[in-house]
Amino acid sequence: MTAVAAHHDHHDDHHHAPHGLKRWLFSTNHKDIGTLYLWFSFAMFMVGGFMALVIRAELMYPGMQVVDPEFFNQMTTVHGLIMVFGAVMPATVGLANWMIPLMIGAPDMALPRMNNWSFWILPFAFTILIGAVLMSAFGDGNPSAPNFGWTFYAPLSTKYGPASTDLFILSVHMMGISSIMGAINVIVTVLNMRAPGMTMMKMPLFVWTWLITAFLLVAVMPVLAGAVTMMLTDRHFGTSFFDAAGGGDPVLFQHIFWFFGHPEVYIMILPSFGIVSAIIPTFARKHLFGYASMVYATASIALLSFVVWAHHMFTVGMPLAGTLFFMYMTMLISVPTGVKVFNWVATMWRGSLTFELPMKWALAFVVLFTCGGLSGLMLALTPVDFQYHDTYFVVAHFHYVLVSGAIFSIFAAAYYWLPKWSGVMPNTFLGELHFWNSLLSVNLLFFPMHFVGLAGMPRRYADYALQFADYNWWISVGAFWFGISQLLFVAVCVLCAMKKGKKAEAAPWEGAEGLEWTVPSPAPFHTFDTPPVIK
Amino acid sequence: MAENSSKYYVPESSPWPLFGSIGLFLIAIGAANFIQQSTQFGQNTLRADGTWGQYVLMAGVLWMIATMFFWWRDTIKESLTGLHNEQLSGSYRQGMIWFIFSEVMFFGALFGALFYARWLIIPWLGGAGNNAMTHELLWPGFQAMWPLTTTPDGRTTQVMGAWGLPAINTAILIVSSITLTIAHHALIVGERGRLILFQGITILLGLFFLSLQVYEYYHAYHELGLTLEAGIYGSLFFFLTGFHGIHVTMGTLMLIVCFFRILKGHFTKENHFVYEASAWYWHFVDVVWLFLFVVVYWL
Ligand code: HEM
Ligand SMILES: [Cu+2]
Repeated sequence: MTAVAAHHDHHDDHHHAPHGLKRWLFSTNHKDIGTLYLWFSFAMFMVGGFMALVIRAELMYPGMQVVDPEFFNQMTTVHGLIMVFGAVMPATVGLANWMIPLMIGAPDMALPRMNNWSFWILPFAFTILIGAVLMSAFGDGNPSAPNFGWTFYAPLSTKYGPASTDLFILSVHMMGISSIMGAINVIVTVLNMRAPGMTMMKMPLFVWTWLITAFLLVAVMPVLAGAVTMMLTDRHFGTSFFDAAGGGDPVLFQHIFWFFGHPEVYIMILPSFGIVSAIIPTFARKHLFGYASMVYATASIALLSFVVWAHHMFTVGMPLAGTLFFMYMTMLISVPTGVKVFNWVATMWRGSLTFELPMKWALAFVVLFTCGGLSGLMLALTPVDFQYHDTYFVVAHFHYVLVSGAIFSIFAAAYYWLPKWSGVMPNTFLGELHFWNSLLSVNLLFFPMHFVGLAGMPRRYADYALQFADYNWWISVGAFWFGISQLLFVAVCVLCAMKKGKKAEAAPWEGAEGLEWTVPSPAPFHTFDTPPVIK
Repeated sequence: MAENSSKYYVPESSPWPLFGSIGLFLIAIGAANFIQQSTQFGQNTLRADGTWGQYVLMAGVLWMIATMFFWWRDTIKESLTGLHNEQLSGSYRQGMIWFIFSEVMFFGALFGALFYARWLIIPWLGGAGNNAMTHELLWPGFQAMWPLTTTPDGRTTQVMGAWGLPAINTAILIVSSITLTIAHHALIVGERGRLILFQGITILLGLFFLSLQVYEYYHAYHELGLTLEAGIYGSLFFFLTGFHGIHVTMGTLMLIVCFFRILKGHFTKENHFVYEASAWYWHFVDVVWLFLFVVVYWL
């Protein structure tokens, strides 16, 4: 897309990289901070994944076997929270940190110290959250960890919330502060730090999607902060926001939460769109089809995402006009999403395709994300949602878009950019094993959920009726298979971190374009101290 | 002052972000424990005995203030030694604008809750729309009204009128915005005397506003029975005016810090980002108040 005349000053690349613990604790370097984010999110992915396996172990057979229902609720709650706020979001922020300055020819993120602050808040916030679970697990469920679902609806989280709810509220505040600062950093970097000649419409799509993601973050994280603050005062200071006895309404909570919550799901998926839009052209050896339409589609998805929130609340008894509005708006959002899918397919049309690891993940993303989008469309139909709401069908929907969508694209990004980060190619044998095992197991895990959901199995229950037993057994098998397969990715990452493997060239992928491939692999500590010139 | 450098300044490394995270951690666990142990549902009292949370919270706040101090000392030093170039000021400026935008969204959520309560919840509880049975079965005696002076379960309060203190406060804030603009202008044209004078007036107006707010709260609690526990009207009233008040406090502190930096001669015609940022923040707080005056007090 951009012809680059890059001239780096190799002489000052290698000195003054700080050493030891201080390098990571006090860092102001976008690459190091990106690495921290990525390892942190991977650790959280493992912790959240372990909780998911506790859930699936319990649900493998009907009846109660492994945990008691109270602890089961804590597992579903904290699994969701950790995966959303601890795994997916920090992973994409890590990618943003590593790649955005490299892609736009900036010396670093615009506000490097604040960048480090955004990161270091997270381990503390999750210490609080996970601490609550550990106390519960080792204290025989007393005190209880948060147990009201990742959506923490009132009054479950207000009047009936366990004592740890207050810790949860404060840790959500911390995550919010971290996200807002991280997002502001991205916006300012993109708007203010582009190399001369890097006009907005020349930016790689990953930068565009992250810019729009960051806008969504700045817009909705404060709303989440408002919601948890109201919870806190309802719990302890006698306010009546979510209490009808004082003139409030528990449904108000759902409105505020989903005003945050729906844009939040796009916060998790828009960076993925950017990743896939970087990878598919590379391995199709063609330019991205419809670049401008991709930008406009992303922007319209983001804007529409502010006016669809109540599709999560069709069953609360909204007036008909409201229900219809949210139904049509939700269906409208699949138009720009469709534009994207068509553009990816058109990019591959008559390309000279090869199927290296990143491409495999990206293709799996396109197919499986589309499945998730289609089940979303089914859920968007109000009368139909009355039946599907709060069943495993919804669980199937959002795991297709989040696991085989967001997480697969993050794997794609890792395999694509690991050569740049580490200087060695990811191990192909392990990578292939990781891919094929994940691909097969993820479908065994989530596809049958559609069927049990349509048949009426409710979500968030520790037990189920006997007729769901067979499917649930297979789902659990898929879950353990998927979970164990991820250990292969641990091996891939550790090998790369130890620099074991084939040495990577500056541009290891034949068809790849973009500034990030003009610097050596691994990328030196400082890049683009003097901005490159982009023609 | 040294020449501005042409390269974008990327600091070497800094301990303050990590320290800031530790501070937030202390505040979070301290506040959670303190709030939990020291409040009792249905009672307007704080019991501060027998909790460790208060000490952790206080330690966290002090820790945070110290961290902020050292962090800003570093940036001020960098600014004074000319490490900040035009592009970096741009980053700071844009960052501040987006921070204010996030604050706008926070208040947006609170205003949204107010409209939802006023236009939907209350009428529905009173039986509007298809909610006749809700009304009949839940609180048949409930009368829909705004401001809600009698809650469904029978708690009562009086309404805070608009044309007493709140109107005076509105005037104070508007005038303070004007005086601040005069001061800002004086800074740009380099009239130091006028700058110091009007900056001082603005700060005094801010403090005056805050003390009237405190007085109003006292009045609300002791004479009107308007409390946090007085139902949704009280909840919204104190949330909106309270968070606004916190923001005025922060804005005033920023203006005070600027005042001392003016006295030290830190700001020049070209280089006074912090001053500009505080001024934007002040105007933002002012605009929020205007909305608040209209929808919370007046209509
Ligand atoms: C074509 C696009 C999409 C449509 C039409 C759509 C529609 C819906 C609807 C109507 C629901 C509510 C179902 C119910 O609770 O009854 C839902 C739930 C959900 N969707 Fe989507 N969706 C779409 C894309 C996405 C994407 C891209 C993501 C995330 C990356 C996502 C994540 C979720 C999540 C997490 C939930 C469940 C929330 C919960 O109740 O815990 N969706 N979706
Ligand atoms: Cu949604």
